[in-house]
Amino acid sequence: MTMHTLSVLVENKPGVLARVSGLFSRRGFNIDSLAVGETENPDVSRITIVVNAESSPLEQVTKQLNKLVNVLKIVELDPQVSVARELLLVKVRADRNARGQVLETVSLFRARVVDVAPDTLTIEATGTPDKLDALLRDLEPFGIKEMVQSGTVAIGRGSRSITAGPALRAA
Amino acid sequence: MTRPTPETLAHSVRRARPATEPAGDADHAPAPRTGAAPAAPAVRQPEAAPVSGAGSLVRSLEALGVDVVFGIPGGAILPAYDPLYDSTVRHILVRHEQGAGHAATGYAQATGKVGVCIATSGPGATNLVTPIADAYMDSVPMVAITGQVARPSIGTDAFQEADIQGITLPITKHNFLVQTAEEIPQVLAEAFHLASTGRPGPVLVDIPKDVLQAPTTFTWPPTLDLPGYRPTLHPHGKQIREAARLMTGARRPVLYVGGGVLKAGATEGLRRLAELTGIPVVTTLMALGAFPDSHRQHLGMPGMHGTVAAVYGLQKSDLIVALGARFDDRVTGKLDSFAPDATVVHADIDPAEIGKNRHADVPIVGDARHVIDELIAAVTAEQAARPAADLADWWNQLDDLRGRYPLGYEEPADGTLSPQYVIKRLGEIAGPDTVYVAGVGQHQMWASQFISYEKPYTWLNSGGLGTMGYAVPAAMGAKVGKPDTTVWAVDGDGCFQMTNQELATCALEGIPIKVAVINNGNLGMVRQWQTLFYGERYSNTELGTHKHRIPDFVKLAEALGCVGLRCENAADVDKTIEAAMAITDAPVVIDFVVGKDAMVWPMVAAGTSNDEIMFARGVRPAFDEDEL
Repeated sequence: MTMHTLSVLVENKPGVLARVSGLFSRRGFNIDSLAVGETENPDVSRITIVVNAESSPLEQVTKQLNKLVNVLKIVELDPQVSVARELLLVKVRADRNARGQVLETVSLFRARVVDVAPDTLTIEATGTPDKLDALLRDLEPFGIKEMVQSGTVAIGRGSRSITAGPALRAA
Repeated sequence: MTRPTPETLAHSVRRARPATEPAGDADHAPAPRTGAAPAAPAVRQPEAAPVSGAGSLVRSLEALGVDVVFGIPGGAILPAYDPLYDSTVRHILVRHEQGAGHAATGYAQATGKVGVCIATSGPGATNLVTPIADAYMDSVPMVAITGQVARPSIGTDAFQEADIQGITLPITKHNFLVQTAEEIPQVLAEAFHLASTGRPGPVLVDIPKDVLQAPTTFTWPPTLDLPGYRPTLHPHGKQIREAARLMTGARRPVLYVGGGVLKAGATEGLRRLAELTGIPVVTTLMALGAFPDSHRQHLGMPGMHGTVAAVYGLQKSDLIVALGARFDDRVTGKLDSFAPDATVVHADIDPAEIGKNRHADVPIVGDARHVIDELIAAVTAEQAARPAADLADWWNQLDDLRGRYPLGYEEPADGTLSPQYVIKRLGEIAGPDTVYVAGVGQHQMWASQFISYEKPYTWLNSGGLGTMGYAVPAAMGAKVGKPDTTVWAVDGDGCFQMTNQELATCALEGIPIKVAVINNGNLGMVRQWQTLFYGERYSNTELGTHKHRIPDFVKLAEALGCVGLRCENAADVDKTIEAAMAITDAPVVIDFVVGKDAMVWPMVAAGTSNDEIMFARGVRPAFDEDEL
């Protein structure tokens, strides 16, 4: 099984996310992560789906996705030629004694402190899933009180755009 | 301001259809299939007419050329029934929404036009779920219109509220929850376009009551906005040439024909392609009638209860050319042992079907009519370039199997009436112009085996979903669509008890269908499996229609306003059928009281390989492996 990152361009209409995610579960796929947001065109939303699957069943689910009337285009992003990022917010125990060490870790990972309380720091970090895993590993010993992670968003490298073209349509 | 008549509106829509599309089979109008983004028809009404949302709905149906809808009113859909009262659209008041749904399907399958059903919110809508799922599995063009509670009440568990859009997500080609009255004409036009083009399927339009009541204006034609919907109709030339090369060179080829050939109106082309190549043809349960049963090249139906020759033909082939078929498990048997030596050419309008179950060596995405027409041209060119492979050995083997293992049955030892005999005689007496509509089970398989289908669109059944209770309402829909054609439902006593209330609709609305109830007193197919796989332990399959004659189908038929007849022995079969054929002004039900032990053969048991087909109980066909 390998991780695949799919960029799915859809019409920005109510219920489209349910159609897409429902199709994955119906066909027996587990979505590893999912992120959705508007694109440069407000009529078009972009769903980034990371799914763990063999390539031939993935092809089947891609074809089924393409049949959804609200789906405009599907592109599988090759990790070699694309940029993938996640956002992490984590609340770490950091009393007076530990605070210096926590801040050192934060700067090592080029993360940011976004909130301070007497005994905790809330840290914001973006990066690849690997980088965020490493950050969490280093913060673990201090005590993680709470954390939240976004799904992966990804975009291809270079000047080409998958949203370009006179009429977006099923690939 | 002049009110546009339905006729002018319907014409404006028809004019919009591309003139380049060739006509389909003569007696059948396949849905128009446009590949390009649908253009707005050129004729525009000068002024927008003020109407309610409900009025806009009914005017849209008229403009779309709808002549009949099947439905039941209720609270949320009630506003729509007021303008419907004055409309040219005929509304047929059914007795259960499931009947409306299957009637729409039967209408669509018999005529090729979009079938329409209407229900209210909540239970009305959920009662449509089974026929919608049925239409989805069999790719039937259907539009279901449901009322919804008013927008401010949505999500509050209001009286008769059900999220029918959510419920039908997995069983519709697409569905809509209409948000404003202004969008009604556009949504309806899009729904009809989606239902009838590409791979056809059911589309649901859910309309809140306050949207139906809101004042709006009706303008026609609307502009369709479906940027993500572009079905591929024309196949890739390179793939067609490769397929033609394989078809000319194969030594043991088979044309595996599915329901897509009927949907595309491609039966004439299929016949030309088959005769041009001399390749044997098998037609699936959904494709019966696409190729004449009596044609020398027709091996019959493949699959679980297919003919030995058709099952063997696919299994031993070196080339399968699948046309509008989907390698369903009932056809392939155990998938990994299906046709192990075959190269596969798979043509379908739905790219997701290609390679779904069986790898396709030559995938072809396109409408079956275009695919077949282009294959004919490519094969002709191929044959001119080099001699086609000799199929004489292949035909010798197949003919030998046909001779040794024809479809047949044994007369019951206990002297009871044979169900197969009844169905065979029905087919012979009613003839090839009749439309036959089956339920699901043993009677369905016998009707597929022992009636000879010579013409397209004369066999309707629930193939994919296997919906018991399909026959009576679907026959009603077919008869409405083809009033001058005789329509026989071949039903089982189990199926018949699920939906026979629609006979009241038939009696009152002047829809004289005929129903042959093959009454063996049992859920016959389930009983057959209990006989074969559960040690003859008949758990809950006896229905009591023999032992207690509850219900008495003759009295039931009469109570529902039909003529009821009964036949209990072989000597009376012909005259009872003839008596039913003579009645043309009322629905007729014949209770054929048949033996309960008859079984459907041949049979490939579920989950086993097609190699293990049984010709009869305990009888495996002898295949001469050395011949291959």
